[in-house]
Amino acid sequence: MKALKSKLDSKEFAVTAEICPPRGTDTSVFMDKARLLKGTVDAANVTDNQRAVMRLSSLACSLLLMREGIDPVFQMTCRDRNRLAIQSDIMGAFVLGIRNILALTGDHVSFGDHREAKAVFDIDSVQMVDVISKLNGGTNMKGTPLNGRTDLFIGAVVAPEADPWEPEMIKFEKKIEAGARFFQTQAFYDMHTFRGFFEYAAQFDVKILGGILLLKSAKMAHFLNKNVPGVNVPQHLIDELESSENQLETGIRIAARQLKELKTFCHGAHIMAIGQEESVVKIIEEAQ
Amino acid sequence: MIITKKKDFGDILEYLKGREKVFLFGCNSCAEQCRTGGEREVEEMKRLLGEEGKEVTGSSVVDETCYNMLIKREFKRKEAAASSDAILVLACGAGVRTVAENTDDGTPVLPALDTLFLATVERYGRFFEGCSLCGECVLGETAGVCPHTYCPKGLLNGPCGGMDGGRCEVDLENGCAWIDIYRRLKAQGRLHVLKRISPPKDHSKDLTRPRKVVLDRGVRGGA
Repeated sequence: MKALKSKLDSKEFAVTAEICPPRGTDTSVFMDKARLLKGTVDAANVTDNQRAVMRLSSLACSLLLMREGIDPVFQMTCRDRNRLAIQSDIMGAFVLGIRNILALTGDHVSFGDHREAKAVFDIDSVQMVDVISKLNGGTNMKGTPLNGRTDLFIGAVVAPEADPWEPEMIKFEKKIEAGARFFQTQAFYDMHTFRGFFEYAAQFDVKILGGILLLKSAKMAHFLNKNVPGVNVPQHLIDELESSENQLETGIRIAARQLKELKTFCHGAHIMAIGQEESVVKIIEEAQ
Repeated sequence: MIITKKKDFGDILEYLKGREKVFLFGCNSCAEQCRTGGEREVEEMKRLLGEEGKEVTGSSVVDETCYNMLIKREFKRKEAAASSDAILVLACGAGVRTVAENTDDGTPVLPALDTLFLATVERYGRFFEGCSLCGECVLGETAGVCPHTYCPKGLLNGPCGGMDGGRCEVDLENGCAWIDIYRRLKAQGRLHVLKRISPPKDHSKDLTRPRKVVLDRGVRGGA
């Protein structure tokens, strides 16, 4: 299997999926899920204390995936580390063999399980992309030469359905200017809007992986619409879920439909199944 | 204006455990406007402490409790201030600090308030945070909206994924600071400013504590 970068470079459609580290040190379930994805996806993202809930380190779990033969996308947020820790952990990931990194802002601590924590945000996601570019170029963020550089494939996030749209696109372009080479998008359900974004993004030399978030139920769709910014599940999909006997199966069918359509024009897809890694396999199979 | 709020009275009593003679300081500036440390609140504190069997040896509501000369004068005027078991200060942290500077090391100086933020006074009794005192003002690039103060993450390059239809997901009551900045810069024909990558903040300008400023004589004027 080709690693994520070479697959995208050779203009083949790449599929990534998200996998969440365990809350604790027992990695058996995490590894079971990883093995399910092995051979099915081109790379697997390891989330970094997602939703500000404390879990096993994304760096450690990225290494576990690598040992299993899966190309990891090491996710790093700006929330939990200052600029010293960010740089040393990025170099640490590189020397351990990790080659893909996704720079994110990170959810605010007020959403998580440690609400009393100090949220760091010493640098933001644009600045983090710039820092990684500098490490790739052989200096630290201060411009001091490093004894050995990194060579990381830099990814970032964009919300194609953001409202308002223009400031999101300005930030998207700043991330590109700072050195982002691939984008995994926020989940979207309106393919027409997404195509509009994709056409806009085509002027830049970056790879776009469209975000697919598995709808496990109509209840989840309502929750997303109410609580997750930038995600809008249209009524016809909610109706489709509600009128079906097995909502999860229907959700998988909807996701497979999205994946199939993305394959016709996009560079890749990023599937987020939130604990339903076995469904990722079904989505990919159904979209063949 | 420095905004303060009253500490829980139970916490104040805990501070004063074993201290029977208490002197009170109030502040006629910010704390008076916040209704946390003016004449009225000092009288109220006297009554509450009296009910708990404490002896209030005296009180001073100073025009500006953060002004060292004024506090020094009060200690000269009121002998009880220096001879009490404890001094309770109904002022901001700077006020408490100024009183503590003027006492011997053996007298506890205790805060009756929690100090919150530097505010814009919307109107009497309505305050919102105006400035985070970060030491490096970016308002010129952000159309007068401070991202350090109004963005819960203090981001410097635009909205995060938590922006929801122009609102901030951390508190949907609040608009996203970056959407506000974007709209204003756009209206000013200065969107190019938003398109520039802002470098990381220089925290050496605000984290070297304690901060201090000493004006030279020419600037001070007078003698």
